[in-house]
Amino acid sequence: MEIESTPHKHLTGMAMRARRYFERKFPVTRLNFLGILGIGTILFLLAAACIGPVLAPFDPYVQDLSVRLSPPGAVYYLGTDELGRDILSRLLYGARVTLLIVVLVVVISGPIGILLGCSSGYVGGWADVFLMRLTDAFLAFPRLVLALALAAALGPGLENAILAIALTSWPVYARVARAEALLVRDSDYVSMVKLQGASSWRIIFIHVLPMCLPSACVRITLDMAGIILTAAGLGFLGLGANPPSSEWGAMIASGHPYIFDQWWLVTMPGLAILAVSLGFNLVGDALRDMFDPRI
Amino acid sequence: MIGLLLITFVIGRVMPIDPVLAIVGDHASEETYLAARSRMGLDQPLYTQLGLYFGQVLRGDLGVSSFTQNPVSEDLLNYFPATFELATLATLLGVLFGVPMGVLAAVQRNRFVDHVVRLVSLLGYSMPTFWLGMIGLMILYAQLGWVGGPGRLDIFYHGLVPSVTGMILVDSLIAGDVQVFFNACSHIVLPASILGYFSTAYITRMTRAFMVEQLGQDYILAGRSRGISERQLIWKHALGNALVPLITVIALSYGSLLEGSVLTETIFAWPGLGLYLTNALLSADMNAVLGATMVIGAIFLFLNLLTDVLYSKIDPRVS
Repeated sequence: MEIESTPHKHLTGMAMRARRYFERKFPVTRLNFLGILGIGTILFLLAAACIGPVLAPFDPYVQDLSVRLSPPGAVYYLGTDELGRDILSRLLYGARVTLLIVVLVVVISGPIGILLGCSSGYVGGWADVFLMRLTDAFLAFPRLVLALALAAALGPGLENAILAIALTSWPVYARVARAEALLVRDSDYVSMVKLQGASSWRIIFIHVLPMCLPSACVRITLDMAGIILTAAGLGFLGLGANPPSSEWGAMIASGHPYIFDQWWLVTMPGLAILAVSLGFNLVGDALRDMFDPRI
Repeated sequence: MIGLLLITFVIGRVMPIDPVLAIVGDHASEETYLAARSRMGLDQPLYTQLGLYFGQVLRGDLGVSSFTQNPVSEDLLNYFPATFELATLATLLGVLFGVPMGVLAAVQRNRFVDHVVRLVSLLGYSMPTFWLGMIGLMILYAQLGWVGGPGRLDIFYHGLVPSVTGMILVDSLIAGDVQVFFNACSHIVLPASILGYFSTAYITRMTRAFMVEQLGQDYILAGRSRGISERQLIWKHALGNALVPLITVIALSYGSLLEGSVLTETIFAWPGLGLYLTNALLSADMNAVLGATMVIGAIFLFLNLLTDVLYSKIDPRVS
């Protein structure tokens, strides 16, 4: 997809051509500055999740009551919590949990949503009507509320929280994919393949699905921040990962009683959540700009 | 609405807690257990149960909360006004700041101002509201003492004003008690601004998108060539056209505030639907959870319906 990059109108001749060349060669440079910042943040999260245990100065689970609630300083860079555990180490380990939640939710709900959406858009008829009413029913609830009710019904625990968030995510993807499928369904090339005798499955998988992917992927990226926030909210209410785990939302919850005297307990994990969800939002936003220059 | 009921019904049935056991207790005899079970209709086939559930809900019977021992519907009525007050104020703030910021960003598209507005609104999107609430309380209440703490009023002012609408701001004005009114203001300002920031972020983004689209239309060019002032073009012509989709956005953001309020109310001990929901969750009070979830879902649907009606009132093309 070729997009005129309006902000650089003043670049002319060689500079413009050089820029075009780079943008085609390395698509990442087409993202705006904020988008690149977002990618940086996400890479940072990935790095923390991969090599966090090496970087972490202390064991995130070992309690040392003699240093409990010590403020940020030279030994404990971000301070310690109410059980004397190093907050920085816990944050680094917590990055894994956050990443796990995001990846699993996307892996579960993404394919389901996209596949259901584009097949129902292509097939049409009662299946389509039924699916749309079903997504309507899901979308009638605010996401966190539905996830809360589901997580409460399933019982606390990381797996159940992930399942609850995934169950509330797929309808949106299905709607986006369906909208694209409707556009493609009546196009000439699909009629042609149909005339050549391709089966419905073949048409859906090979000819319709690829057209639905870009917008659905942008939508999923935009959603990742929401997934992180919902997960943090569930963790905060005690419906996420179980206690010794260093899930960021749960860390905020356990620091809540100390908020007025030991500010670092709550502030640090909150900043981590904010940074990561901002990172995903920046990337999603930049991607949308790239694919849809109207907005 | 039927789908809504179906979902809450299914959630209610998949939960691993035995609702009968929760009522009769662990030590009940076999007969008591079976009697309670058939009284609750749980020995009927699933579709009969579903019919029973639909019938109860339609009669406004959401069951009894095992936490407060009141009928859930009565509880919800008591808790609703506080949320309504908070969400309305937050939406007002969102419209007040969001619309002008969005227009400004669209006019200054891709310039510095636009990037700043984008960053500010994306920050709002990415903010864990419960965390922002805590930080706000920590700094503005505990350190600086500029705003009231958790709750709707200081302990001292409780019960001074008769409850008419259930909304403290309105009630105190009706009673003519200025002191209570100001105290209530100082309590609501922080949670309302935090939720308001969230809705500002959303409204700003959408206003910008709609305005960019409108400003690129031919009629703007035509107006400009006829010498209509830029201010009038932006605020009257373009914004006027952008207003129709904006109504939906505002209604949606109102709905999403109900969601944001779940955690914010927990932090601020604000006695609204959100606090009710989390309390019910923590005490595994399934009737109350499902009732509150359903009411929030129903409000969502009602808002959607309302925007459809408003559409046809504002836009003469929709009939």
